[in-house]
Amino acid sequence: MPRCTQVVLPLAAALVLAGCGGPSDDAAGTTASTRGAELDGTLTVFAAASLTDVFTELGEQLEQENPALDVRFNFAGSSALATQISQGAPADVFASADEPQMAVVTDAGLAEGDPAVFASNVLQIAVPAGNPAEVGRLADFAREELALAICAPQVPCGAAAEDVFAAAGVTPRPDTLEEDVRAALTKVELGEVDAALVYTTDVTAAGDAVEGVDVPGAEQAVNEYPIAVLAEGPNPEAAAAFVDLVRSEEGQQALADAGFRIP
Amino acid sequence: MSRSREPGVPVPLLVPAVLAVAFLVLPLVGLVVRAPWGELWPQLTSPAVGEALRLSLVSATAATALSLVLGVPLAWVLARSRARGRSVLRALVTVPLVLPPVVGGVALFLVLGRQGIVGRWLDQAFDVTIPFTTTAVVIAETFVAMPFLVISVEGALRAADARFEDAAATLGADRWTTFRRVTLPLVAPGVAAGAVLCWARALGEFGATITFAGNFPGTTQTMPLAVYLALQQDPETAIVLSLVLLVVSVATLLLLRDRWLTRGVR
Amino acid sequence: MTLSADVRVACGPLTVDLDLEVADGEVLAVLGPNGAGKSTLLRVVAGLLPPDGGRVAVGAEVWDDVAAGVHVPAHGRRLGMVFQDHLLFPHLSVTDNVAFGLRTRGTRTSDARRAAAAWLARVGIADLGDRRPGRLSGGQAQRAALARALVGEPAVLLLDEPLSALDARTRLTVRAELRRHLAEYAGSTVLVTHDPIDAMALADRVVVVEEGRVVQAGTPADVSRHPRTDYVARLVGLALLPGTGEGTTVRLDGGGRVAVAEETAGPVFVAVRPGSVALYPARPAGSPRNVWPARLVSATPHGSTVRCELDGEVPLVADVTEAAYAELGLAPGAAVWAAVKASEVAVYDR
Repeated sequence: MPRCTQVVLPLAAALVLAGCGGPSDDAAGTTASTRGAELDGTLTVFAAASLTDVFTELGEQLEQENPALDVRFNFAGSSALATQISQGAPADVFASADEPQMAVVTDAGLAEGDPAVFASNVLQIAVPAGNPAEVGRLADFAREELALAICAPQVPCGAAAEDVFAAAGVTPRPDTLEEDVRAALTKVELGEVDAALVYTTDVTAAGDAVEGVDVPGAEQAVNEYPIAVLAEGPNPEAAAAFVDLVRSEEGQQALADAGFRIP
Repeated sequence: MSRSREPGVPVPLLVPAVLAVAFLVLPLVGLVVRAPWGELWPQLTSPAVGEALRLSLVSATAATALSLVLGVPLAWVLARSRARGRSVLRALVTVPLVLPPVVGGVALFLVLGRQGIVGRWLDQAFDVTIPFTTTAVVIAETFVAMPFLVISVEGALRAADARFEDAAATLGADRWTTFRRVTLPLVAPGVAAGAVLCWARALGEFGATITFAGNFPGTTQTMPLAVYLALQQDPETAIVLSLVLLVVSVATLLLLRDRWLTRGVR
Repeated sequence: MTLSADVRVACGPLTVDLDLEVADGEVLAVLGPNGAGKSTLLRVVAGLLPPDGGRVAVGAEVWDDVAAGVHVPAHGRRLGMVFQDHLLFPHLSVTDNVAFGLRTRGTRTSDARRAAAAWLARVGIADLGDRRPGRLSGGQAQRAALARALVGEPAVLLLDEPLSALDARTRLTVRAELRRHLAEYAGSTVLVTHDPIDAMALADRVVVVEEGRVVQAGTPADVSRHPRTDYVARLVGLALLPGTGEGTTVRLDGGGRVAVAEETAGPVFVAVRPGSVALYPARPAGSPRNVWPARLVSATPHGSTVRCELDGEVPLVADVTEAAYAELGLAPGAAVWAAVKASEVAVYDR
């Protein structure tokens, strides 16, 4: 799906630049000053479901630093969140699992400033514990006798999977096109499919029931996670502080521990 | 039938009734207003939509047939037998109504999946695997929709005068003959209503289907699944697909009503 | 073949314990108040309710024998039953209703329909075969129900309050017809009713059932002339007074004396027909031996007569003509004198 790559690459480049240049210094300055002041009220963060563990942890940290602040999360599929935000949901921060869903929000003029990529995710082959069908490479997804799941092309992990298969020259023969990563992973956990192509972070989060097999060429479809403060949000100071925390060293370390790649 | 009994509807009934209509119909109006009507025909005739629509109709009809074959006898047992533990049985029957359908799908995996209690044996003994097939779609829909049929038919059986069954017995009919020739025709309107409810629920089934049967165009992707996935990318297409589903189901029900439902009631 | 039913069955607080025999061609009326266990008896004979004890047999065919563990289900018994509100199957035409029993027993559809049509003609509704039961009048439905019960030539015919769903006028005609059909029917008939007139008019023999037990049995005439309980007496319109015979006088248990025509001794019943009681505004002259002061409790018109319920030393029921009622200037609460000729008083042993 070249459409996605075209969107992702320039943005990624822009963000690399942003990481080296002046804006980064500005951001650091804001961080210090904002985190010095006491924040209060309620902060509402809409975040992709894959961020649940890391963001909950970071939210608790921010609440500890600012006892008067109440951080609330709405974790769901990025497209559902983007729809809710464009329908007027009162959110302060949006963290999407891919660029196109963030674009829905920015195109509608609902984001304050440009979104920043704070993490990325690559695909991994998830197999049930012990890997009974001995799936070891992408080419195994063409084996008809196996029960295989990949994400539907309409959702981010499915789009990424198409890119990875195209790059590897494999025509997959899936039994089901899952509506999201979580559904694909459930079927691996239950042993109902022999393998599924999901994100590394999901394999990490799934625990012992699922094993991950690295995919050579997974970098062909890096999924980048942008975050943005929302223009209509009721608590912009806290929103900025949360975004800064996510992009800070400790935030990045927490993401890396969860299996994300960090910029 | 008394045609005009009382001209007016009492206000305490009228106001909530109007609110109820508004509540039920306005979201539909929203869909209709927002729909890009120009896309309706191209979508209707597109092979992908046609496939999903056909699969939806076929599987919902098969699920209804399966529910009739299994559910009507179950309703009879619940309404007529004096077996102990009937109230427990009735509670169990309604479980799929309360269970989130996705959980229902997982539960089906645990029984009929490759690793499931029954599914493992089917796999080993007959080389039959159910998940990710159209059969799985029918099973998931039946699981979720059959309770609607059972509950309506049981209600109809309880309301029916059991003394007709006594009369049939004195005329030499054993219980099976009585069921076929007396009981079933007597409760036919209830069975028809239950079947319609069951069919409609099966047609709209999403959670259990996408979990247990997966999503693959042509074999397991029914309209609700297609709608959901379209929603991820292009809400307008999703609206059009919903309308297609809506129009087809309403048309089918109206057609059946004229042809079949009213005959039983006379 | 004779139907013999010796039935014991618990039905709620009531224990029904009845022993009946009905010969071929005989009509037995089971007469009793509501809740006496009449319908329970019928359900047991029909096989719809297994008895707790006893035996039901038709000739050599045993339908129930609790001791031997025999229970033939309803559909295995050669019987026909007419239900209180007919219970014609609403989804079948009248012809198909009548043909139903033949079809279930294996007759071909066309033959069954032909036999059904013949029976419909016999009960006088030949032209209604295509109708649904919902479009029949009460009398027509009753005729169809009778045809449905009789078409299979059953060994036993059971009638459960067959006329009670009909209005008074229809009941007269249908009762007369039913009487004719029962006379032609060769098997044993059990008729359950709470209406003594049905019992008197249709039955060869009557058993009166109260609280699950037979309190009296005999021919209709026998039972009406010699009611054994208050219920039977009231049912057939008699005042029934228990007492002790002392020659040509009976000392009533409730107080007072009644002169009778024949000599009696010991416990007896005195029965006074309402028509034989005369009422007077003052003590009548002359010397009728049975004269009692009484108070009029209630007055109910019955056709051209008024039934007067009297309270006093001797509780009586009197039927007087409307003219006499008006002449006497009677009204509830009025004091009257009641007189009965000794020759009009029936007395029989208790």
